[in-house]
Amino acid sequence: MWEYDPVMFSRLLTELTLTFHIIFATIGVGVPLMIAIAQWVGIRKNDEHYILLARRWTRGFVITVAVGVVTGTAIGLQLSLLWPNFMQLAGQVISLPLFMETFAFFFEAIFLGIYLYTWDRFENQKKHLLLLIPVAIGSSASAMFITMVNAFMNTPQGFELKDGVITNIEPLAAMFNPATPTKVAHVLTTAYMTSAFILASIAAWHLLRGNRHIYHKKALYLTVKTAFIFSFASALVGDLSGKFLAEYQPEKLAAAEWHFETSTHAPLVMFGTLDENNNVKNAIEIPYALSILAHNHPGAEVKGLNEFPKDEIPPLYIHYLFDLMVTIGILLTIVSAIYWLGKQLKWKWIMSKPFLALLVAAGPLSMLAIELGWYLAEVGRQPWILRGYMKTAEAATSSGNVDTMLVVFSILYLILGIASVTVLINMFRKNPVEKELAERSLEQGGVS
Amino acid sequence: MTLEIIGISVLWLFLFGYVIVASIDFGAGFFSAYSDFAKKKHILHKIIQRYLSPVWEVTNVFLVFFFVGIVGFFPKTAYYYGTILLVPASIAIVLLAIRGSYYAFHTYGKTERNWYLLAYGLTGLFIPASLSIVLTISEGGFVEKSGETLTLLYKELFVSPLTWSIVLLSITSVLYISATFLTYYANEAGDMKARELLRKYALSWSGPTILSALLIIYQLRHHNPEHYNNMFNVAWMFVVSFVFFVITIYLLWKKKRYGWAFVSLVLQYAFAFYAYGISHYPYLLYPYLTIYDGFTNKTMAIALIIAFIAGFLLLVPSLYLLLKLFLFNKKYVKGQL
Repeated sequence: MWEYDPVMFSRLLTELTLTFHIIFATIGVGVPLMIAIAQWVGIRKNDEHYILLARRWTRGFVITVAVGVVTGTAIGLQLSLLWPNFMQLAGQVISLPLFMETFAFFFEAIFLGIYLYTWDRFENQKKHLLLLIPVAIGSSASAMFITMVNAFMNTPQGFELKDGVITNIEPLAAMFNPATPTKVAHVLTTAYMTSAFILASIAAWHLLRGNRHIYHKKALYLTVKTAFIFSFASALVGDLSGKFLAEYQPEKLAAAEWHFETSTHAPLVMFGTLDENNNVKNAIEIPYALSILAHNHPGAEVKGLNEFPKDEIPPLYIHYLFDLMVTIGILLTIVSAIYWLGKQLKWKWIMSKPFLALLVAAGPLSMLAIELGWYLAEVGRQPWILRGYMKTAEAATSSGNVDTMLVVFSILYLILGIASVTVLINMFRKNPVEKELAERSLEQGGVS
Repeated sequence: MTLEIIGISVLWLFLFGYVIVASIDFGAGFFSAYSDFAKKKHILHKIIQRYLSPVWEVTNVFLVFFFVGIVGFFPKTAYYYGTILLVPASIAIVLLAIRGSYYAFHTYGKTERNWYLLAYGLTGLFIPASLSIVLTISEGGFVEKSGETLTLLYKELFVSPLTWSIVLLSITSVLYISATFLTYYANEAGDMKARELLRKYALSWSGPTILSALLIIYQLRHHNPEHYNNMFNVAWMFVVSFVFFVITIYLLWKKKRYGWAFVSLVLQYAFAFYAYGISHYPYLLYPYLTIYDGFTNKTMAIALIIAFIAGFLLLVPSLYLLLKLFLFNKKYVKGQL
């Protein structure tokens, strides 16, 4: 039988809510930027196809925003409901970015409402672009502020704790902690990358199904090109994140890499298995790569897991999360680079079915990498909720009924997930591009 | 004025903002659903949809603002209320989630389902009921503290007449506030049929609203005498509130100045809401938590207030733009845009 353990159930419920919320939050951060880019390209090229692209993306975006808003409200409240001891302590240091996140979100919500309901109100398309800029800024700013909170939990600073009493608080030092630059940069670039790949998947799907409309070709080119730029940027930031970990959270890096003994010239271990004595088997080893990742020098010393107290190291399965995330990231960077190069050199096969199928998979794969990356970041700081200050078990609620709530929310997310997918599919099936273009009598773009 | 008072006043303002905008939203949802079953959909649907569409997202933010703000200014509330509210707050989250997302699915995804409309209308009444539980709990007597463990006494909460008076007030207020606002809005749109129907709703919900408010004051006398006595110190505010109530009813009855009728209604609620809040002072959760022992450190309080002012300088012009483009734009309200 299960024994009621509020800590475990609180962790599960938080994990469930965040896993679900992150899908919509990532789209919420990246898609407004893509909409603004499409609108801008449309104005610059005086091409109605791009304007229509922006509008159709927005229509789908509204559905994802709604689910993002309600699940965001859920996690916002759950922070206090499930982790009251943590919020009581950290709330004194970190409420500033939390507060600012709400402001950014408020700002975004206002302008999204205006943009949605003024579609045909202004003759000048530039006015619509001007409305999209605050939406994109607001969504990225809220991602930035909330990531600062998470960064603080990884590398807390800006306060002193003496016998459970917090003093000498510096809100700005807490916000701009060592983890902030790499975390914020990685969250933003990967959100842009993932959103671009998801939109690319949709275009590739239509082309794969045999619809050769120029609209979809333009959409694919725009999205994959953007996705390439952002995946390249994500990889760069990812490398910086590795160096950050080596310096500030060596136990997370060591667990992710199964690096047990402190050594110089450390190899990077990919995949493989562990036996009961923590010996790595069946792995691919890339010599010196870990030393380079950690300190930019093949001979650098990398701290091993054995140096840390046993009760302060994270679970070793995060190794797989790390490897999968990185593999997907590199794979997608290469795929988008090939497509872009192929476009320049007029390779025919980049429009072949197998390659299009690969592009269809890119969106979901990218989202999977986002989830894996968050699991890595969060599980990797176990057993701490506030690294070095408060363990997860001390932070959880003592309340009963967390198990029941877990069931209730599981059902809720299942229903919301199914409903949003159904609604989105119906929305675009009933109103295909050709129909909408004909309605706008702008078919002069032509079918190639 | 101390930082504590500034903090709680700001938060109370946001909660009040939420009460008004959410009431309009919840009530509109209920009337929209009800009109469908009463075969009056053709009268009300358009006017309600036109109002709700550009603002539904903004409504939610007021609530988020309040609960993020209260944890910021008063971190101890996270511990006290967080521990005891797990079940009631989770219920409210689920209802809000269903309502918010299904509004979007329906409006933008064009799903036409009757059972959905029914759920949408009913959640609009259950949400204020589940949220108002917090007000009941804050009056004390429903939380048991032994050592470091806090337990919510569900049975006491469920059988208390105070609980049900507050629930009653929240539901009747939602319907009353919403109907009065929509009467004004329909009048602006020149939609006389909708205006007459909504005016009728507004007038018929005004009585139950004021009765349930009186009922609460009566209940408090027995439940929390300290709070009850404090109410007499601000008795004039309740009187002013009542005068505004009469003005609203008069204007609605005489079919004139619907805009002022709504303004007067907002003032009625503002005075009652602040009077209730002031008389609750200094407790956040009677008798365990006051605004003094739960307050954040001074540095953070100042930082929060600065952030608040900066944010407000950004928000007010944006909100003004939103209102100007939709609420106070005759062409939009009339459906010509």
